[in-house]
Amino acid sequence: MTTSLTEHDSSAASSTAKNSSHLAERRRQRAEDADQNNRRADGTLRPWYSTLIARIVMIALSALFLLPMYWMIASSLKSNEELAKFPPTLLPQSWEFGNYVKAITAMPFLQFFANSAIITVSVVVLSVVANFIVAYGFSCIEWPGRDKVFLVVIGTLFLPFPVTLIPMFDMWARLGAVNTLFPLIIPAMFGSAFFVFLLRQFLLQIPRDMLNAARVDGASEWTILWKLVFPTARPALTTVAIFAAVGAWNDFMGPLIYLQDQRVQTLSIGLQTFRSVNAQDVSFNQLMAASFLVILPLLVLFFIFQRYFIRGITIGGFK
Amino acid sequence: MSATDVDGARAAGTGAPARSTTPLAGASGEKRRMSLTHKRNLRLGLLFISPWIIGVAVFIVYPVTYSIGLSFTRYSGMATPTWVGVQNYITAFSDPLVAKATGNTLFYAIIAVPLGLVVALTLAIAMNQNVREVAWYRTIFYAPSLIPAFAMSFIFIVFLNPQFGVFNQVIGLFGGSNVNLLGDPTGVKIAIILMAQFGAGNAALIFLAGLRNVPKTVYEAARVDGAGPIRQFFSITFPLLTPVLLFNLITGVSGALQVFTEAFVITNGSGDPDGGALFYMMYLYKTAFGFAELGYASALAVLLFLTGLALALLIFWLSRRFVNYDVDAA
Repeated sequence: MTTSLTEHDSSAASSTAKNSSHLAERRRQRAEDADQNNRRADGTLRPWYSTLIARIVMIALSALFLLPMYWMIASSLKSNEELAKFPPTLLPQSWEFGNYVKAITAMPFLQFFANSAIITVSVVVLSVVANFIVAYGFSCIEWPGRDKVFLVVIGTLFLPFPVTLIPMFDMWARLGAVNTLFPLIIPAMFGSAFFVFLLRQFLLQIPRDMLNAARVDGASEWTILWKLVFPTARPALTTVAIFAAVGAWNDFMGPLIYLQDQRVQTLSIGLQTFRSVNAQDVSFNQLMAASFLVILPLLVLFFIFQRYFIRGITIGGFK
Repeated sequence: MSATDVDGARAAGTGAPARSTTPLAGASGEKRRMSLTHKRNLRLGLLFISPWIIGVAVFIVYPVTYSIGLSFTRYSGMATPTWVGVQNYITAFSDPLVAKATGNTLFYAIIAVPLGLVVALTLAIAMNQNVREVAWYRTIFYAPSLIPAFAMSFIFIVFLNPQFGVFNQVIGLFGGSNVNLLGDPTGVKIAIILMAQFGAGNAALIFLAGLRNVPKTVYEAARVDGAGPIRQFFSITFPLLTPVLLFNLITGVSGALQVFTEAFVITNGSGDPDGGALFYMMYLYKTAFGFAELGYASALAVLLFLTGLALALLIFWLSRRFVNYDVDAA
């Protein structure tokens, strides 16, 4: 089980050329995916009927998991009168697309959308980079006391949110950062216990021998981090990116506390305002329409990016 | 942090550091040869985790100290806090509502955490099937996790309607009589546990990443050795998933101890019927923002934090027996 470093060097050298052939890379991955479709996990070709049972199970599971989303969309298209009907109708009798128009015009939708997008993109980029670096320090470098310090990371997972709520608001207020996006973005620069823990669990599985071989060859930790560990950690980093995106996009408590000015508010707050403003005539349909509009971008992004759950580049001597 | 800083610190570990296969074992053995490397590694390690150290100092240590201080006072948020010593802690241990909230939270955790792990692993395996339309399955299984908690709670209230909800229609199909889950102190907890399972997509993505991390060659080797799919799952897939299992277990326990939003929306903040959905965090929230007893609420928060910490340590200690970080050993 030896690690061929020349192999890594050559792949590093070719990475400059790779930027230009990014499309070719994607095509290659797609072909690999398609190839995997016809193979078992162990690589053998499988007969055509073998996926049939799996498909039946998955379609049944899908039906169950589609239920809440289906109900959300169906309710969003019903009229108030129809919503009040018992038993509820499965399909809307008259399709009230007007609910969506009302949801969009009830709040400055584009402004809120832009604010949410700025926060989300910043948080995703910062989270992936910061947590990856910190997790590397907690897994790939052996330093005395490391695993004891790591217990502190775990400990912070158990902090109830009211503990930090008031003092943090106090601090940002004194910095004059209330009603700016900073209180929602800056914390992502410092990593979070959840993501550090998640990435560490993956990075610990990378064979130490491989890292040490690279060190013997004179690679700096920074080079090992990006050239060797980054490609193998792709499924885990994808998970972090998805969670960071969903967390920032759907974050409710943060914007509620720090963004009082409508100019800087996000979609999740818009949703809440919408809910309280309309509380009197309980327009459940419009609420569901607004909710669906808010999560639709996430659904589309997830569908596009789930592809990155391809196997991380095989590591060490496993080639 | 710039690349040059790290390059300056440069190349650690020319010796072979001891290989640690348990999560908590530091590098040991070969002490003399290692001492220099140790120092260099310590510098490098602290450099890499420095963003987290700064974050903890600013975002954790400061507010936690503040809260611990408050827990020894009576404080409404308006007047200056009055020192009351450990009175808040004594009150907490004799408060019948704390006992009730703790019982409810334990009930939730004991069922929701193991169930959540099983559901998430099942979903992850489904998300990992090699079929052409797998992108759709992944999106569908993950979709409910995207629905904001309050919207999901509203949907569930409709589903569980005692007369017309989908839930009772299904029970009716099997010849059962109507149940009003939300009207029963135990039922409301079960309803919230069931609802939480629709959010299993998060833990499932983590399991999926774990499944995608298993080297294909390990399966090839097993196949050569004549292992069938079930044998492969228990001797390869499962052991290699234990690091992510530990993650999902710890975060599951942490989430269960702090269960809040769903119960808050479903019971409209009351925790009823009969305090059946009064979870610990709900009581804490009520104490702080409903009754403006910030000192008492801080004491409750400190107690919850300590309980969580103790559980985490226990799980980590147990995890030495079942977590396997060594891909080669499989």
